Amino acid sequence: MASQTLYDKLWAQHLVTQRDDGSALIYIDRHLLHEVTSPQAFEGLRLAGRKPWRRDANLATPDHNVPTTLKERSAGNAGILDDVSRIQVETLDANCESFDIEEFRINDERQGIVHVVGPEQGATLPGMTVVCGDSHTATHGAFAALSHGIGTSEVEHVLATQCLIAQKMKNMQVRVEGKLGLGVTAKDIVLAIIGRIGTAGGTGYAIEFAGSAIRELSMEGRMTICNMAIEAGARVGLVAVDDTTIDYLKGRPYAPSAEQWPAAVEAWRDLVSDEGAHFDKVVELDAAEIEPQVTWGTSPEMVANVSAAVPDPASAGDETVTQGMTRALEYMGLSAGQKITDIRLDKVFIGSCTNSRIEDLREAAKVARGRKVADNIQLAMVVPGSGLVKRLAEAEGLDKVFIEAGFEWREPGCSMCLAMNADKLGAGERCASTSNRNFEGRQGYGGRTHLVSPAMAAAAAIEGHFVDVRSYDYDRADAMSA
Amino acid sequence: MKKFERLQGLVAPLDRANVDTDLIIPKQFLKSIKRTGFGPNLFDELRYLDEGYPGQDAASRPLNPDFVLNQPRYRDAQVLLARRNFGCGSSREHAPWALDDFGFRVVIAPSFADIFYNNSFKNGILLITLDEATVDRLFQETEASEGYRLDIDLEGQQVITPSGEAIPFEVDAFRKHCLLEGLDDIGLTLEQAGAIRDYESRHRAANPWLFRDA
Repeated sequence: MASQTLYDKLWAQHLVTQRDDGSALIYIDRHLLHEVTSPQAFEGLRLAGRKPWRRDANLATPDHNVPTTLKERSAGNAGILDDVSRIQVETLDANCESFDIEEFRINDERQGIVHVVGPEQGATLPGMTVVCGDSHTATHGAFAALSHGIGTSEVEHVLATQCLIAQKMKNMQVRVEGKLGLGVTAKDIVLAIIGRIGTAGGTGYAIEFAGSAIRELSMEGRMTICNMAIEAGARVGLVAVDDTTIDYLKGRPYAPSAEQWPAAVEAWRDLVSDEGAHFDKVVELDAAEIEPQVTWGTSPEMVANVSAAVPDPASAGDETVTQGMTRALEYMGLSAGQKITDIRLDKVFIGSCTNSRIEDLREAAKVARGRKVADNIQLAMVVPGSGLVKRLAEAEGLDKVFIEAGFEWREPGCSMCLAMNADKLGAGERCASTSNRNFEGRQGYGGRTHLVSPAMAAAAAIEGHFVDVRSYDYDRADAMSA
Repeated sequence: MKKFERLQGLVAPLDRANVDTDLIIPKQFLKSIKRTGFGPNLFDELRYLDEGYPGQDAASRPLNPDFVLNQPRYRDAQVLLARRNFGCGSSREHAPWALDDFGFRVVIAPSFADIFYNNSFKNGILLITLDEATVDRLFQETEASEGYRLDIDLEGQQVITPSGEAIPFEVDAFRKHCLLEGLDDIGLTLEQAGAIRDYESRHRAANPWLFRDA
């Protein structure tokens, strides 16, 4: 058989029927649901008198609308002060109950951001197809699972048929070879990749991230990278299976049982691109050259090295790009030539499906330990990705490190990544954020977002402006090995 | 799903690249549990001068006079002319719901983001990809002549300009078929329930750990 990429294999393994017109029916192993993109799908099922095809493939949790303060959370759904948000969460509960779908409710310790919860439970496994009505479903590709976001019509389609109508994507490989500098993280890698290929660079492709720098990353780091594949336009990000993948999964609640484990591992070992497999496009980056990254604009591709300055729109050489950059600088309240490290901040957000896992919190805590949040920072918040991440972080004493430094330690949810709950920026407020999108208004009407790694966000909170964490005095070696 | 066959539609130009789904419909409107009613909040942050929230009376809000859709000449537009990478960002189907609710049936751009592309066709909205130079020219023509309409012929896969020029476009056969017939995807897929069950039993035998209810 011809050499296949990892994506080719996953596609072939899930193909139910291939139609003459180029479209195909692919089988879906895992369907994750949350409150925002599912209500209309359940309503559709109800109107058509349909039932879910397979109940055990679905797993739900509310995440986008949930409050993150302890006071509100301790009241459960009743603590959601915004009526519209509360109704949406209650609707998820009611739908899961009437359609017999497993749900981790608001105050279940397993609740959290759906893309943190799935892997943490072992509900995301190598060789699966994983979908969710959320574009950051790309995250699960870190486990060599074919994973991507879908719309609400497709949520309904998957519920009703366990399949999706799909078309095969093209293959792209992004190779990152060499060793990362100390203090440079997975987030910096993926922002550098997006800076290189642009927000539409991956449109139509499944991107496999490969190379020694990717192999050396933990599962948390690989999830951060795959999570933002969509920010490069690719619905799918993938990393091949290796010992790191398998070790992470062992013993997790939804992982294969002890009897099934050896056969599962044997099957998973094949989930790598074959030698000589064809990629339609290959992009190479040298890990050693990647600096900590900071976005300066309103698209994730508008990103710069921390040692650089805000670029000049006139230098773009393309009228549409120049217009976009000019508009972005105006919105962001920045001017060309301004040094990135001179950008002063109002708020800091550490969280989101990109960077709210235990490793992210450990890394931020290393920077914050024994220091104080700067006076000009009105709010620095840490929002763990799930109740279990929160518990583990507390067992390690990270909550105390953050609280002593002046950060707020919150309850799990999507929070200020997209500001559907009460956590948001005010107009003109500037935020260092470990999330994934710096679009206009994303974190609140008129809010200004700079995307960075957890270490960079923590250092920015301490100094009140961006600093290069590589020159910052903290225990980097330990942070890297966590 | 609504059928789409042919449309003579007024064109509105949105001259901006990388229009993301947050811009098409901001997150606060995603709290609705309905599929309809998003039209008044399409491009909310561009369209109004104040901050929008669910349940507002749109008629009493201050309009941004500079925003293209607020100009009387574009008010009844059904064809949106846009720039590259339109619809990037999140998977929210509320974006095509909002476009549809406003009255748009067609978007023409040099490129679209993948998830948005899928979502639009599932809601009877035809997305047409044309090269940058052609889109540029359509922008000029639209802006130059009030009441500029395009004749969108899906069956013949062509956009016909007022001067009679026919610009061909590509669309995949399955999506075209569904749009022309107004077909319901789920119904179509369930016609293959037997094939799905056969696949499922083979898949289960090979990967029993993927089935927790075994």
